[in-house]
Amino acid sequence: MNLIKRHLKTWFLWELVIGLSLTGRYLFRKKITVQYPEERTPLSPRFRGLHALRRYENGEERCIACKLCEVVCPALAIEIESEERSDGTRRTTRYDIDMTKCIFCGFCQEACPVDAIVETQEFEYGSEKRSDLYYTKDMLLKVGERYESQIAANLADDRANTPSDRN
Amino acid sequence: MSIADMGLQVLIWALEILAIAVPIALGVAYTTYAERRVIGWIQVRQGCNRVGPFGLLQPIADGLKLFMKETIIPTKANKYLFVAAPVMAMVPAFVAFAVVPFGETTLFGFWEEAHVMAIANLNVGILYVMAISSLAIYGILMAGWASNSKYALIGAVRSTCQMVSYEIAMGFSIVCVLIMAGSMNLSEIVHAQAGGIWHWYMLPLFPMFIVFFISGCAETNRSPFDLPEGEAELVAGFFVEYSGMWFATFSLAEYAAMILISLMTSIMFLGGWYAPLPADFPVIGEFLNAIPGTVWLLAKTSFLIFVFIWFRATFPRFRYDQLMRLGWKVFLPWTLAWIAVIGCATYAGDISSSLTWVSDFIGYWQPWR
Repeated sequence: MNLIKRHLKTWFLWELVIGLSLTGRYLFRKKITVQYPEERTPLSPRFRGLHALRRYENGEERCIACKLCEVVCPALAIEIESEERSDGTRRTTRYDIDMTKCIFCGFCQEACPVDAIVETQEFEYGSEKRSDLYYTKDMLLKVGERYESQIAANLADDRANTPSDRN
Repeated sequence: MSIADMGLQVLIWALEILAIAVPIALGVAYTTYAERRVIGWIQVRQGCNRVGPFGLLQPIADGLKLFMKETIIPTKANKYLFVAAPVMAMVPAFVAFAVVPFGETTLFGFWEEAHVMAIANLNVGILYVMAISSLAIYGILMAGWASNSKYALIGAVRSTCQMVSYEIAMGFSIVCVLIMAGSMNLSEIVHAQAGGIWHWYMLPLFPMFIVFFISGCAETNRSPFDLPEGEAELVAGFFVEYSGMWFATFSLAEYAAMILISLMTSIMFLGGWYAPLPADFPVIGEFLNAIPGTVWLLAKTSFLIFVFIWFRATFPRFRYDQLMRLGWKVFLPWTLAWIAVIGCATYAGDISSSLTWVSDFIGYWQPWR
C-alpha cells in the first residue's frame, strides 16, 4: 500500500505541486518592501547619522575644545585646533570631521561633556564630490542650527529613558 | 506573374513577417518584465515598479541601456563566430514563429471562409518547428566555443547535451499528438480539438502534456533546468563573455523560445484558439465564443509563460546527472510507452472485435477516423 502511494505521488509530481502551491500563496502575500524615498522606516532617537555642533540658547557655541572627541575617535576623523578668545575662554578655531573616515560609532557624542558634538538623524547627505564630505566647523554648526529642535528632543527623550547611571 | 504582382506579394510577405516579429519582440520584452514582477511578488517584494507607471517602461529602459553599452570581444576569441553566435541563436527562435497559427479570421467578412492566421500554413508545421528550434543549439555551441573561455565552453556543452536529450522526449510526446490529430499541420491539430475543453488533448494525453511542458523548460534552458547558466559553478554559462547588445540578443532568443514553447503547448494540448466551451453550451457558451480566438490563444500562452516563471520561482536547479537521468531514463521510456499505448488503442478494434470499445473510446479525440 505504501509503495503504491509512493509511486502515485511520484507519477503525479505531488511534491512539486505542493511546492508550487506554496509559492502560489506567497504570490498574493502583502509585500514587505519599504519604497524608500516615499516611505521610510522609523528611526531611533539614538540614530547615529550626520554630525552637528550645537550652540547654547544665547548663541554661544557649546564646544570648549577639550578635545576628548578627537582623542576617543577610533577612526581619527576629527581634527581640532583651539585658541584663547579675547574673553578668556578656550574655543576651537578649527573643528573638522572627515565623513569619509568616520565610522559613526558615536563615541564623540558619548565623550563630549557639554553635549556640543552630537549625531543627528540625518543620513541623506550623499554628494558627488569626495571633498563635500569633509565637514568644517561652519558646516557642522549650520547642521546644528538646522536640526536643533530635533536634537534637543531626542536628547531629552534619551535622558528620560536611560538608566540613571549615565547621568 | 508580372513584376508589379511580385512586388505586391513581397510587400505582403514583409508586412506579414513584421506583423508577427514586432509583437513577438515586444512580447519578449514584456515577458522579462512579467518575470521580474512575478518572481518579485512570490519573494514578497515589489519587483520593478519605478520606470513609468507600474514599471511598464522598464524593458525599454533595459533595452536602451544594453544598446548603449560597449560590446567587448575577448582578445583570444574567434571574432567571426563570436559575433555570429547570438544571431545564430536568435534567428531560429524567431523563424519558428512562421508556422504558428495565431487564429482564424475572415478579415471582418472580407473572405468567404476563415483563413488561418499564420505566415505559412505548412502541412509539416510541427516538423518545421522541431527542426528550426533545434538549430538554436548551434548558436549556443558557437558562443561557447568562440568565447575561448572554460566557463562558456562547459556551459555550451551542457546546453547542447540537454537540448539534444530533451528533444527526443519532446518529439515522442508530439508523436502522440500526431496520432490523435492525424495531421502535422498545426492548424489541423487545433481543428481536431474543436468542441470544448473535453476535446483538448490535455485530457487523453495528460502525461504527454506534462512531459512536453517540462521538456520545453529543459529545451529553452529555463529554470529548474538552467544548468548551462548555473551561476554557482559557471558564472553565466555560454554567454559569460558577452556584453551589451549581443548579450541582449541571447536573452531575446531564450525568451522567444519560451514564448514559442508556450504557444506550441497551447496549440497542441490546450485547444489552440478555441474557447473552453462550445458555442452551443448553455448560458455562457455564446459569450465565450464571442471572444476572438487569438485572444484565447494568447491567454493560454500567457498562462503557460506564467507557469514557466512560477517554476523558476519555485524549484531549485537540477544536478547534472539528475537532469540526464530524467531525460533518458524517465521521459524517454515513458513517452515511448505512451506512443505504444495510444497506437495500440487506436487500432485495437481492427485486431479483435471485443476490443472495439477501446478504439471507440480513443476515437472520441480522433476526428480523422
